[in-house]
Amino acid sequence: MIVPTFFGITIVAFGFVRVLPGDPILALAGERGVKPERYQELLVQFGFDKPIWEQYFTYLVNLFQGDFGTSIATKRPVLDEFLTLFPATVELALCAIVFAVLLGIPAGIISAVKRGSWFDQTTMGIALAGYSMPIFWWGLLLIIFFSGTLGWTPVSGRISLLYYFPQVTGFMLIDSFLSGQSGAFKSAFMHLILPTIVLGTIPLAVIARQTRSAMLEVLGEDYVRTARAKGLGQVQVIGVHALRNALIPVITTIGLQVGVLLAGAILTETIFSWPGIGKWMVDSIFRRDYPSVQGGLVLIALIVMVVNLTVDVLYGLINPRIRHQ
Amino acid sequence: MRKFGKLLAATALMSAAIAGSAYAKTLVYCSEGSPEGFDVAPYTAGTTFDASSKPLYNRLVEFKRGTSQVIPGLAESWEVSEDGLEYTFNLRKGVKFHTTSFFTPTRDFNADDVLFSFDRQRNADHPWYEYVPGISWEYFNGMSMPDLIADIEKVDDYTVKFKLTRPEAPMVANLAMDFASIVSAEYAAQLEADGRQEMLNQEPVGTGPFSFVAYQKDAVIRYAAHGDYWGGKQPIDDLVFAITTDAAVRAQKLKAGECHVAPYPNPADIESLAADPNLVMMEQQGLNVGYLAYNTQVAPFDNAKVRKALNMAINKQAILDSVFQGAGSAAKNPIPPTMWSYNDAIQDDPYDPAAAKAMLEAEGVSGLEMEVWAMPVQRPYNPNARRMAELIQADFAQVGVDVKIVSYEWGEYLARSKELDRKGAVLLGWTGDNGDPDNFLAVLLGCDGVGGSNRAQWCNEEFDALTIKAKQVSDIAERTKLYEEAQVVFKREAPWATIAHSTVFMPMSTKVKGYVMDPLGGHWFDGVDLDQ
Repeated sequence: MIVPTFFGITIVAFGFVRVLPGDPILALAGERGVKPERYQELLVQFGFDKPIWEQYFTYLVNLFQGDFGTSIATKRPVLDEFLTLFPATVELALCAIVFAVLLGIPAGIISAVKRGSWFDQTTMGIALAGYSMPIFWWGLLLIIFFSGTLGWTPVSGRISLLYYFPQVTGFMLIDSFLSGQSGAFKSAFMHLILPTIVLGTIPLAVIARQTRSAMLEVLGEDYVRTARAKGLGQVQVIGVHALRNALIPVITTIGLQVGVLLAGAILTETIFSWPGIGKWMVDSIFRRDYPSVQGGLVLIALIVMVVNLTVDVLYGLINPRIRHQ
Repeated sequence: MRKFGKLLAATALMSAAIAGSAYAKTLVYCSEGSPEGFDVAPYTAGTTFDASSKPLYNRLVEFKRGTSQVIPGLAESWEVSEDGLEYTFNLRKGVKFHTTSFFTPTRDFNADDVLFSFDRQRNADHPWYEYVPGISWEYFNGMSMPDLIADIEKVDDYTVKFKLTRPEAPMVANLAMDFASIVSAEYAAQLEADGRQEMLNQEPVGTGPFSFVAYQKDAVIRYAAHGDYWGGKQPIDDLVFAITTDAAVRAQKLKAGECHVAPYPNPADIESLAADPNLVMMEQQGLNVGYLAYNTQVAPFDNAKVRKALNMAINKQAILDSVFQGAGSAAKNPIPPTMWSYNDAIQDDPYDPAAAKAMLEAEGVSGLEMEVWAMPVQRPYNPNARRMAELIQADFAQVGVDVKIVSYEWGEYLARSKELDRKGAVLLGWTGDNGDPDNFLAVLLGCDGVGGSNRAQWCNEEFDALTIKAKQVSDIAERTKLYEEAQVVFKREAPWATIAHSTVFMPMSTKVKGYVMDPLGGHWFDGVDLDQ
């Protein structure tokens, strides 16, 4: 399935930027404009004068040679730009998903076990609010309160400007630790708190609700009643027998959150001046930077496909029935 | 293992630099966006110029800080031939290029650098003409330099002669523009020999007040003061651009002391920023104009009286209050008041809907239906075009004109608004490039611009003759007189409704000393100091 999906993605990515109104040359020229003869020259230079199928074919051939094209705006290879920025997005997305899982699963379990209690109602109320929260508004609100009023967290960026060290992995937490500079790791960590909360809010809400409903379903099963009848303690019944089965749909949900995280990263990165691929994609779309948008979409789609594949494998590990089939 | 060793060494070096500069004066500028690259000439965006040409490079001539007056830069002096066709520049001696971790210059700046900087933009067979795929020289082309420059000649190591195809008074001002930044020919030759030409755009070397240290894409740009700068060492040691795209976040960073200077505040944040005791709010009238251009080739807008009547129906004060929220002033001329030759004697059309209606009736115009085009983007000269169009729609309704507001994607908008048979009037504007009135009057209203940058499609012989003549004489007093006359013709013929000139705000920490706002919209940090 991966091969036809990949071809589908290249067609969508290639077509998507071209159906957008406007063109990169006019976007590049701005109010100053560009003379018709110069416009023609640039069309030829960028290869936009060729028939669309020929452009697509060239694009595909280059793609298979690992050439994602050169950005019209920055004149740098698209793959280089993507790889430079990608670790920042991954770091943020990983922190957000860890945050969402660490809080969401226990909250969902407790809500299910104490169904109808004040805890359950409060948690599910908050989850609903979190799910409906506009990311931009939520981010600014947290900045104004925690950074502006209380001064607890930095406003934006990945690390204090005082620290300056070479990038090794691109992951600021790791690089700051490796740098050995005192306070660098703490600074990187503090800078991650607010963007993690903002990006993790929606997945947290989804995971908490999914865990609760999956748990409720499992808790009514015969084998749970059997386990209780055997005289097992609450912790064993919930932790061993119920949770393992309840986690199956939750894992699928977590996998599906990758798309949500990448979409959310666009806004979160913009608010927190986080130098990742979300912000880069938005900038590229505004500039009608065809090669960057195409390359970015294909690479992101590839990553989502790989993550989904990994989730499928994990699914098998957790649920032996899938493995045996 | 070798790589790891190198890494350790680099870390140790950088740590030492940080430790050594514990008391260094570091100014943090929260810039509004990422530069597209660090070689200036291929780009047209102000954000890119702020991060490249301003701190890193010099030009043959410069704009005096805070003005659009041209002063010597890398050229100490220049002479113009009698016929206005030859400009001879005498270059400054002893100017050092930056010494960085990636380049150590062996010679001072000279004529070869000037030739290299311009030849690569004008000769298609120059090895640096397309040194990375897709590169082009849009500003150089946009300013019609390929048609204007016949040749550039090296007379000796410190003398360069520009030969023109026609007299062009704004030529010197053009050479103070960003695209005319001087890059190092020696560094370029080194990169070419190494087969790493693209690095000219990523690891820049110039003669400017700051040298390039590092760029972390979309996050931080670091510069260090150039120790051998010909203009003297800067008061600050380090300059950092912290890229912060959201205006509300920039405001929070300023308040939290995470940056010293931040441009383009949200109009809604201006009051709270100005009220903060740790901040000061500088303001200056922008070198721009926002206008509504009629299509003067389509009836009834081919009639100057109709255009004049419509202009009288527009309540500019309401637009200033609602769209600019007080951060602007009404425009009566097509050039801003801060520009030389601004004709202050001209009286603006009064806001008088009753008289406007009567004038339209007198011209036989009734039941007129028209389009007003609203730009889809925010610009300094028009922060909210949609709102402005709605106000104009309401104003025109009062004089019996039915307005339909239309908009297109920005690229489409710019392209379609050039069409000769375009229906309706277009909201647009302009920010000056070089402080020369020619850059507004001839570009936006000259006959050559019809079907292009002249959105009114207005070709008036009297106006055109005045601006062409003004371009050919070099005496400023004479040019001023000609441009003042041209503005009288403009006002009489009313191809545009001139709407407003915006005010530009610049909030900064009270610790920042000596910052001067640039009327051309750039952000300069040479000569700026910081109280510790």
